[in-house]
Amino acid sequence: MLHARSQILLPVRASTIVASFALALFLNFLPWADMRAVPDFVALVLAFWCVRQPRLVGIGIGWTIGLLTDAGNGVLLGQHALAYSLLAFLAIWLSRRILWFGPGLQALHVALMLLVAQAAALLVRLAAGDPFPGWPVFVGPLAGALLWPALTWFLLLPQRRSEREQAI
Amino acid sequence: MDHTPPPFFKRGPAPLVRLFFFASLSLALLVIDARFRYVEGLRSWLALAAYPLHRVATAPVDLAARVGEYFSTQAQLVADNEQLRAKALAYAQDAQRYQAAQAEAEQLRRLIGAVERLAVLATPAEVLYVGRDPYSHKLFIDRGAVQGVRPGSPVADEEGVIGQVTRVHPLVSEVTLLTDRDHAVPVQVVRNGLRAVAFGGGASGMLELRFMSAVSDIQNGDRLVTSGIDGTYPAGLPVANVVRIERDAEQAFARALCQPVAGIDRGRYVLILANESARPPLPQSAGKERRGENSRRARAKEADAAR
Repeated sequence: MLHARSQILLPVRASTIVASFALALFLNFLPWADMRAVPDFVALVLAFWCVRQPRLVGIGIGWTIGLLTDAGNGVLLGQHALAYSLLAFLAIWLSRRILWFGPGLQALHVALMLLVAQAAALLVRLAAGDPFPGWPVFVGPLAGALLWPALTWFLLLPQRRSEREQAI
Repeated sequence: MDHTPPPFFKRGPAPLVRLFFFASLSLALLVIDARFRYVEGLRSWLALAAYPLHRVATAPVDLAARVGEYFSTQAQLVADNEQLRAKALAYAQDAQRYQAAQAEAEQLRRLIGAVERLAVLATPAEVLYVGRDPYSHKLFIDRGAVQGVRPGSPVADEEGVIGQVTRVHPLVSEVTLLTDRDHAVPVQVVRNGLRAVAFGGGASGMLELRFMSAVSDIQNGDRLVTSGIDGTYPAGLPVANVVRIERDAEQAFARALCQPVAGIDRGRYVLILANESARPPLPQSAGKERRGENSRRARAKEADAAR
């Protein structure tokens, strides 16, 4: 392994995954001032679990959560579903590669995935006849990628073992 | 690393196949939703599933506001009270004059034989959250079909019109704001009664009067109110103030930019106005009228024949 401090993690619990998605949806529904610069937390968490647990969280789950997001925001049904399935696919496809890198390079990969997902959503809206909302729409994915190292640390907390256990 | 060793069999379809399947499903849904609107029921159910999350998400903001209120100083309260009392006094005078004016207006309308205006019922509602979509301007309120909200009802705050209810879910409703690109409201200039249609300006947060004749009498600072001729918005609700007029000598039309009066992007409480009976009669009753006309014509023919 390239990252020296890698340790053997506990197996993930399903409740952790469900709780993280609930938290991400909650963060997305908070009343933000400018929607465009805020990262899409659901997309970020989805990418995380697809990278870490590609056999538990996949394209189907991404699609379902995308549909829920669409209905909750009153946008075209299928817009986020398409973007999230694409994101889940990219994350699963790159999962074995991404985990070889350190946090900074991982974030670069994630930035690319989030940008592609955002571009898919943008294309759908442009095809539906909406005007281009301005370049700040691509700030959100980049901000999300910046959050990736912190997110990794936070979401892996339940799987870490205490120092004493490790010593044994 | 927690990639468990893969089982050699039973891995399901390949990711690319799955992506293809779900992408086509999404595209099919998109087309059905955008073109045919067959999936409103599904949307309602999904919105209901997301409702608890919305409530939980807005709870901390509510809590912060309440805690802030709790710590408001006495000086602030006294100042607020004085301000409110002064406002109430001004409103009371207006209300007295309004009653007299309304009675007079009714009398006049009866004199000229116009239909009497109906009182508008208002239901208060609270704004739950603003749609997370940079392409459209929508907000969600905490009253839905269960509380009797109907699609198409106008929504206003204490200063003027905010928008219109476009989708009703069981517990929440979706309001399209005046500033949405797809929204239009028929208006009238208070100064001279000039009629126009105000379109949403999208991201600018303004309204536009697009196809005004280049010589039309409109000025900066003109106040626009709803004209009520569409049967959706009750007449006389404040909508916007004209802030800029673009007259181009090369074009036949003038374009006026207007600033909405109501707090489109602020404020927590709104009123849903029920204005059902102001709509034009349904085609059925129109058919009846025509039948009535026919019989009248028949009677007239009979009378002619008798002569």
